[in-house]
Parts: sequence; C-alpha cells; structure tokens
Amino acid sequence: MKTYEDILIDDLGHGVYCITLNRPEARNALRTKLLAELADILNTLKIDDSCRCIVLTGGETVFAAGADVSEMASMNMMEIMQDERPKYWKTITTFPKPIVAAINGYALGGGCELAMHADIIIAGSNAQFGQPEINLGIIPGAGGTQRLIKTVGKALASKMVLTGEFIDANTALSVGLVAEITQPELSVERAIELAIKIAQKSPLAVQHAKACLLKSYETTLSDGLSFEHETFVMLAGTEDRNEGLAAFLEKRNPDFKGQ
Amino acid sequence: MSYKTILFNVTDGVAKLVLNRPDKLNSFTAEMHKEIRTCLKVIESDDTIRCLLITGSGRGFCAGQDLNDRDVSADAQSPDLGLSLEKNYNPLLRRLKALEKPVVCAVNGVAAGAGANIALACDIVLAARSASFIQSFSKIGLVPDSGGTWSLPQIVGHARAMALSLLAEKVPAEQAEKWGMIWKCIDDEELLPEAEKLAASLANQPTKGLGYIKRAINASSTNTFDQQLDLERDLQRIAGRTQDYREGVNAFINKRKPKFVGQ
Repeated sequence: MKTYEDILIDDLGHGVYCITLNRPEARNALRTKLLAELADILNTLKIDDSCRCIVLTGGETVFAAGADVSEMASMNMMEIMQDERPKYWKTITTFPKPIVAAINGYALGGGCELAMHADIIIAGSNAQFGQPEINLGIIPGAGGTQRLIKTVGKALASKMVLTGEFIDANTALSVGLVAEITQPELSVERAIELAIKIAQKSPLAVQHAKACLLKSYETTLSDGLSFEHETFVMLAGTEDRNEGLAAFLEKRNPDFKGQ
Repeated sequence: MSYKTILFNVTDGVAKLVLNRPDKLNSFTAEMHKEIRTCLKVIESDDTIRCLLITGSGRGFCAGQDLNDRDVSADAQSPDLGLSLEKNYNPLLRRLKALEKPVVCAVNGVAAGAGANIALACDIVLAARSASFIQSFSKIGLVPDSGGTWSLPQIVGHARAMALSLLAEKVPAEQAEKWGMIWKCIDDEELLPEAEKLAASLANQPTKGLGYIKRAINASSTNTFDQQLDLERDLQRIAGRTQDYREGVNAFINKRKPKFVGQ
C-alpha cells in the first residue's frame, strides 16, 4: 500500500483499515495535501474488497483543529472558486463503506466537518466539537452548516456556527452527534471493535444500509421509505441474504461472501 | 522564572507551590491567579513532575479573595464577581481536579472563603493543629464558591454543609479531621516536614495509576454504581498497560522494592 505524508494507513486485518491524521505539529490541520491524501486512499479502499470498514482518528490528543489557516489566507476569491478541496470532500462524502471515527480533543472547523462525515463517532471524554469559522469572518465550508443542523438541531447548530462556541463530549452525546463516550485512551480501540463488528456483516447489506441512512438527509419520508423498500427487495436477491437467514436458522455463524 | 505572589520550585518530582503574600494572609489577587496559571501549565505538561504540594507562607494558608482588589464604593459599578470566577477561580479548580497527579495541600493556618474551598478540592489535605476552615462568604452576602457548595455536601454531608455555609462558623483542624473534611490534622511544627515527606513518597508511586484513581473517584459523584463498574473496567484496562504496573507486579513477585517511573 502507498505511503503518505499527512496520514498513516494501517491494515488491521478483519477487513478494517485505520486512517490516522498525522500532522501532530499542526494539530492535524486539514491542509489541502492532507485532504488529497485522504481522498486518494479512500478511492483505493473503495474498490478494495479486503476493506469492509474504516476507522478514522487523529490520535489520543487531537482530532483536527481545523483548516490550515495560513493556506487559506494565501488564496483569493478566484482561487477559492477553483479550489480542488470540494472534490476531495466529495470523495469522502460518497465513500460507500462505513467510517467509524474516534475523536479525542479538538474537532474544530473542518475537523468537526470531517468528523460528521463518519457514520459513527466515538468520542473520548476530552473531545470538543466546534465550528469557529465565524471568528475569522468566514463560515463553515465543508457541510458544517448543513450536517450540523441535521444532527444536533437548529438551536445548538446556530449557537455553534454563529458564536463559534465549542461543545464538549457530554453535550455531543446528548444531542446525538456522537454515539458513545469513552476514556480518551480507549476511543480508538472501541472504534476498531465496532468496525470489526461491521466488517463481519454482509458488505452488501452494510453498504446499502449506509446508503439508506444517508438518503434520509436528502428525501421526504415517503421517498425515503420507497428507497429503503427497493433496497430491501434488491438485497433479497443476494447470496449473503440466503446465507444470513440459513445461518440464523441453523444456529451457526454466517459466512458472508459479498455476493 | 520569578514570581511576586507565589513561590514555585520543583524538587525530585515534587512541584511545591507556596501562596506567598503573608502580610495579606495569602489572599488571591488577579496577579496571583495569573502566576498560578503559569505554574499549572508547567505542572500539567512536565512528566517528571509527579506530585503537587500546595501550602501558604506565614501564619495563614489563604484568606480567599483579596477584598481590596475590588472597588465597592457606593458610586462604583458593581464588580462582576461571576466573571472573576469564570476567568480565575473556576479554571483553577477544574485544573486541580483534572490534574492526573496527586495534589497534596498543607493548610498551615486559616483557610477562609475560596482559600478553604481550594484546599478542600485538593486530593489529600493535611492541616496544622492551629489551622481552621471558614466559609466566610455568607458574612458579606455571597455564596461559597471555588466548588464549596459541591465539595462540602460531598465530604461533610448536607446538614453540616448548610450550617457551615449559612453561619460561616470556623472549623478547627481537629474538628475537620473528625468530620472527614480533611485527611489529617498535624502538630504545627510537623506539618510541612510531614507534607513534604508525603509528597516525596507520592512522587515515587505509579503516577499514571494514581491519575486513573483520581479520575475514578472524581467521576463517582455523578455516576451510578453500574457506570462506575464500567469506568473501573476501562481504567483498569488502561492501567494494566502501564510500565509501572509491570514493575509493581514484578517487584512483588521477586520480593524487592519497586522502582516506579510514572509511565
């Protein structure tokens, strides 16, 4: 596997790959290079059948403290318009396999937005989430206004985006931004534990379940239900479905092939 | 680095912080808060510091907020005491609680107001026999702060917490020990040597493990029994990976004295 400068890739076996943001000297600020590398590895893992699920983390002390402000400061409006970053974000947004994020310390600005791209967030008790862009005279630029409001609701999202105030792990849990809180030292292994669990399911069912869940952001309830039903019917034609049901009835563990 | 309102030094893993405005009973000013913040940054980030000892110089431990630091004349605007807590006291209390190293407090004399509650927020509190604790707030129309309204009911129970806060009655060190407010009351001349001995010994213990103990005990007040069992499982898992755990078990099995490094 290719090696990168701003991220680390570990094949953990069991169908799980761990991506670690690796710019500790810059508190993992999401410079363009980092995003490009992240998009590149996701493009690779998207079509790699040995990958069933991703763990995304920044390590024990910080997830990502935002975009690279000096990089941003060097760009004018025309350059921002032609910026390649939205292309990289799109790769992350459309990545079809589940991403479990382990977030410790700051997830701010682009870091909070990246965290929200994960399907499941496990937060260390020291995690803090925020969209402080407003302090710089700008606004969140990678879905921060849209995903946050859909996740935490209007009141809290507006408070965070308009004042730049952070929320802690407990608040994030209470509003459903994160799925669980762990001790900071254990968030990564809890994320890996969940990722392994996911990786053992039928990859077809998992990817389509993810697609259905995300569809809810885009549609009305009735359209979403139709989409869910079509997917449900379609999965009935898979070997994995037959294997899953048979294994259940025969009281054994299923052996999913992704067919 | 030299300080005006405190003394700070680090010896053999023990950081000693002495409140040092003896002519003002070591009462807090904005400057003292600032100097303590500077020290705390060092204490938090330096792994070779494995215990913090806090004491006061002169006859008192700390008289709380220096009331002369504020203008309360009739024509002056009311000072924002909430802001003072938000900016100065609360971060100090939070940091002492969150510090993953033991904090020993040697209360050498009167500990009044915030001074009492800062002492009570420390992990192990020793007090000189002549020392005393007083929740002086109610005498000037204020509310016990620096965690007092939380710490007192926890450590002495509702009835005593309420009466101590409403009456601002002085609790002598011996009484404080009897009530379980503090760990030990010690003869005046023995206090500092005893506290230093304790701090030095703590600085040679498995620091990570002690930090996890602190995390667990501090979390217990808001956790259910079930949550606490889960927390113990998680912290034990982490503690079991430390170098000092291996050393401790190894030394025990081989009947030798362990040499802990704090990692």
